[in-house]
Amino acid sequence: MTSPSTTADVVAPKTGSGSDNYLVHDKGFLSWALTLDHKRIGIMYLGSVLAAFALGGLFALILRTELLSPGRTIIDHDTYNQMFTLHGAIMVFLVIIPGIPAALGNIALPLQLGAKDVAFPRLNLASYYLWLLGACCMLTSLIMNAADTGWTFYAPYSTTTETAVAPAAMGAFILGFSSIFTGLNFIVTIHKLRPPGMGWFRLPLFIWALYSTALIQVLATPVIGITLLMLTVERLLHIGIFDPALGGDPVLFQHFFWFYSHPAVYIMVVPGFGVIGDLIPVFSRKRIFGYKFIAVSSLAIAFLGFLVWGHHMFVSGQSTLAGSIFSAITFLIAIPTAIKVFNWISTMYKGQIHLDTPMLYALAFLWVFTIGGLTGVFLAVMSVDIHLHDTYFVVAHFHYVMMGGAITALLGGIHYWWPKAFGRMYDEKQGRFGALLVFVGLNVTFFPQFIMGSRGMPRRYYNYLPEFQDLHRLSTIGAYMLGLGFLMTAFYLIRSLKSGRPAPANPWGSRTLEWTIPSPPPYYNFHHAPTVTRGPYDDYEGLVYDEKIGGYVEKAPTA
Amino acid sequence: MSEPTPQAEPVSEGSAPPPAAKADGGHAGNGHAHADEHHGHSEHPFLAHHFDTPQQQFEAGKLGIWLFLLTEVLFFAGLFCAYTVYRAMRPEVFVYAHYFLDTRLGAVNTCVLLLSSLTAAWAVRNAQLRQHKMLMTNIIITIACACTFMVVKYFEYSHKAHDGLLWGPNFAPKEQVWELPGFKKKHPEAAEYAEKLAHAAKEAEKAPPAAAPAPAAHGTKPAENHEPAAKPTLEQVEPLLAAGLIGEKAENPTGVSRPRNAHVFFSIYFFMTGLHGLHVLIGIGIWIWLLFKARRGVFGPNYFGPIDYAALYWHLVDLIWIYLFPLLYLIH
Amino acid sequence: MADHSHGATSDGGHGDHGFAHTTPLSLLVGILAVLLVLTILTVSVTSIDLGSQGNLVVAMIIATVKAGLVVTYFMHLRWDRLFHLILFLTSVLFLILFLSMSITDRSEYDRDLEAFRQSQAQGK
Repeated sequence: MTSPSTTADVVAPKTGSGSDNYLVHDKGFLSWALTLDHKRIGIMYLGSVLAAFALGGLFALILRTELLSPGRTIIDHDTYNQMFTLHGAIMVFLVIIPGIPAALGNIALPLQLGAKDVAFPRLNLASYYLWLLGACCMLTSLIMNAADTGWTFYAPYSTTTETAVAPAAMGAFILGFSSIFTGLNFIVTIHKLRPPGMGWFRLPLFIWALYSTALIQVLATPVIGITLLMLTVERLLHIGIFDPALGGDPVLFQHFFWFYSHPAVYIMVVPGFGVIGDLIPVFSRKRIFGYKFIAVSSLAIAFLGFLVWGHHMFVSGQSTLAGSIFSAITFLIAIPTAIKVFNWISTMYKGQIHLDTPMLYALAFLWVFTIGGLTGVFLAVMSVDIHLHDTYFVVAHFHYVMMGGAITALLGGIHYWWPKAFGRMYDEKQGRFGALLVFVGLNVTFFPQFIMGSRGMPRRYYNYLPEFQDLHRLSTIGAYMLGLGFLMTAFYLIRSLKSGRPAPANPWGSRTLEWTIPSPPPYYNFHHAPTVTRGPYDDYEGLVYDEKIGGYVEKAPTA
Repeated sequence: MSEPTPQAEPVSEGSAPPPAAKADGGHAGNGHAHADEHHGHSEHPFLAHHFDTPQQQFEAGKLGIWLFLLTEVLFFAGLFCAYTVYRAMRPEVFVYAHYFLDTRLGAVNTCVLLLSSLTAAWAVRNAQLRQHKMLMTNIIITIACACTFMVVKYFEYSHKAHDGLLWGPNFAPKEQVWELPGFKKKHPEAAEYAEKLAHAAKEAEKAPPAAAPAPAAHGTKPAENHEPAAKPTLEQVEPLLAAGLIGEKAENPTGVSRPRNAHVFFSIYFFMTGLHGLHVLIGIGIWIWLLFKARRGVFGPNYFGPIDYAALYWHLVDLIWIYLFPLLYLIH
Repeated sequence: MADHSHGATSDGGHGDHGFAHTTPLSLLVGILAVLLVLTILTVSVTSIDLGSQGNLVVAMIIATVKAGLVVTYFMHLRWDRLFHLILFLTSVLFLILFLSMSITDRSEYDRDLEAFRQSQAQGK
């Protein structure tokens, strides 16, 4: 069973960038600005999302610096409120929600399907420009008089505050469309552009994750759209839907907001699960354990995610009846999530672990996401949440899952697909060091916050009691470590574009289809869609490492 | 320049309408022998390079538009939710407001949209059968119906603005609801009683404060100033209560006025019909674009996707109105 | 599961029938007629008093029947892939989920709101 399963088009992997690859095929600004090539769109997204991440991260560092001591350190309290609002809004709407799907998904999804492009390339480009437009809108808020409502825009403060809430809300509204169109595109691509032989249960788990995410994007995002539109209209025309002074209901706003925003956190993390699902088998040289369970659990999480939004509202004035229902269902989500984690660990068991940088991020993910996920279960218990709501415990929980989950997975995926997208290998030593620094920094930043929160330190507070100062300081040190880790990572990644070793087609020895074409790929991806005869994690024994090219090739068939 | 690739895509709002597909026969010289695909692509000038057959392309577009319609349903869901919550919690506001609305105009608009749905579905058939003239006729009728809808809507809106029936703080009805012919016809005794109460309240304002009656504690039978308190009948009181004109749900518990937060209905009304109207306008734009495409005779049994997708969008616009009409205009 | 019905495809057309299923014209016009009748019905029912909820229920039932006809015939779901129907029903399902939870919650805490309002009114 060592013969290659793909068609004769898959030749011996070429090293280095061929003259025909997608990066150089067309030149000039317009060839990028008007590109319909999913790979170029993915690259543009990657750069944009990482730039937004840097901005959001800068705000985070300012916040953490301010919190080094109680009272004023470097900014005043109103600026502080604006800073955490923009930090949250940028990170949620500009970075993590688009993050893995738009950047990594755009690059890898069609390649993993042996397809020439996504189903609707022009819609794909439109998604990107909508992202840009939404980003500009949000930056407008920043420039004018940045919103200070928190990224959750709760009414009636958001309907009455003097700050520029409308541009921020409308920015998020536009970004919602970007997200919807990406999701729509991916669903149709996965349904219609699979190659011969690739049934649903031969899809890479990354694709299952993107599919589940896309379903959430399409179902949930319109609701935040209408909510933000209603918020903006309420601000401008005082219609009286959410503001109680005008006859409205502020708890209704929270229901509207969280009906999207809870599934949104699954938009953020499920693609991360998908990346990890692709990384662990490759770097364990072992077929994934429980493929079907992992695949279906993505769908289960997507579905259950729609039924639990009220767990953000336990102390909002929501009725006890509703709270109990939401609390009970929230416990259920732990089940498919745990199935994933156990299956990944089982995959690694008796595998041949390669601790390359992508794998380091995957391992970091397992550790950090598990902590984050478990603390979510604490918060699901109503009686506990009453004490922990709006404390640093919640902040730590979601940073563990978002930073430790989504961002770690994003970094792992970037390191994994970097050679494919750019045809260059980055410095592995620096990669490992960066991963370590990020992992340590993450824990040093956010673990103290669990402790602070459980001791009563409220979130979004500018000032605090002296008893919390040591923990705040520790957290700030961690934040600087994180920042340093990210800077280092950016540095060696960008440097690799110029001076990195040319990448082979398959540096990691993966069996998914994108590794059967050269790095970087030709602009057309595949001559013909390859015929698939096995699963995406099968037959690692059929690949052997070739020192000359620094990558894996098919084992020569024994005569 | 990136390859100009003709594509059939679902028409979607929020992004610029895709440029008209060009009939340049597929790839622009990439030097690869794609054998049958290349042949197939030149045979089908509207087949995009990343699809293998026109049917695959059509089905992809169909799935895409259905997904888009799904998002539209969820988009309006928020407004339907707000409507449901407010109507369930404050039914008197809705009873009060419906007297101000003209059912006939709403019914006309319903029929107009239903007709346009027929012509849209018919247009799909025309495209499939290469009936170019009928296709253009049906598109034109669809556009005409849509414009009629907007014109009627314009009249409704200007009428409301004229009567002071606007959203939020702009809600300042020129006429009292019991003065409306609709109310008078339905509840003549209640209308009369309300006038008496209003008159009495006006007199009480003019009279010195000492003579003013004590505010009614339970609100169902406010005392009258000059006449001995005659017990009002059920026919007189019940419609006023249901419409929140008197009693604890009223803005002014001591007299006859209007329900607390009566403007919420009109806020919801304008938001829902306004958003729906915006979708109609976008639909008109799409149909006009398709009319120009149809003029060039590009549609046929292997390429009718754009008409099909636009028609599906249009049917959804109709569907939303099918629910809006009874919810807003046929409140009993 | 595109079910290609027979006999209605190429009337008046040319030799090729492609992959399209054409809806018979008579069916389309018939559906419109039914829709118009239902519209007249729903308007006239308002003159009959069926109680505070009765009229709403009847109106919604008629609207749903109309919607069903539009979706099944005008939107071609009768002959289209099952998955599209599932998608559409899913969106309606989620709409119902959203509405029902919101209204359940609101009706539960509305009692507290009213009690508060009463105490405010009396306190003055």
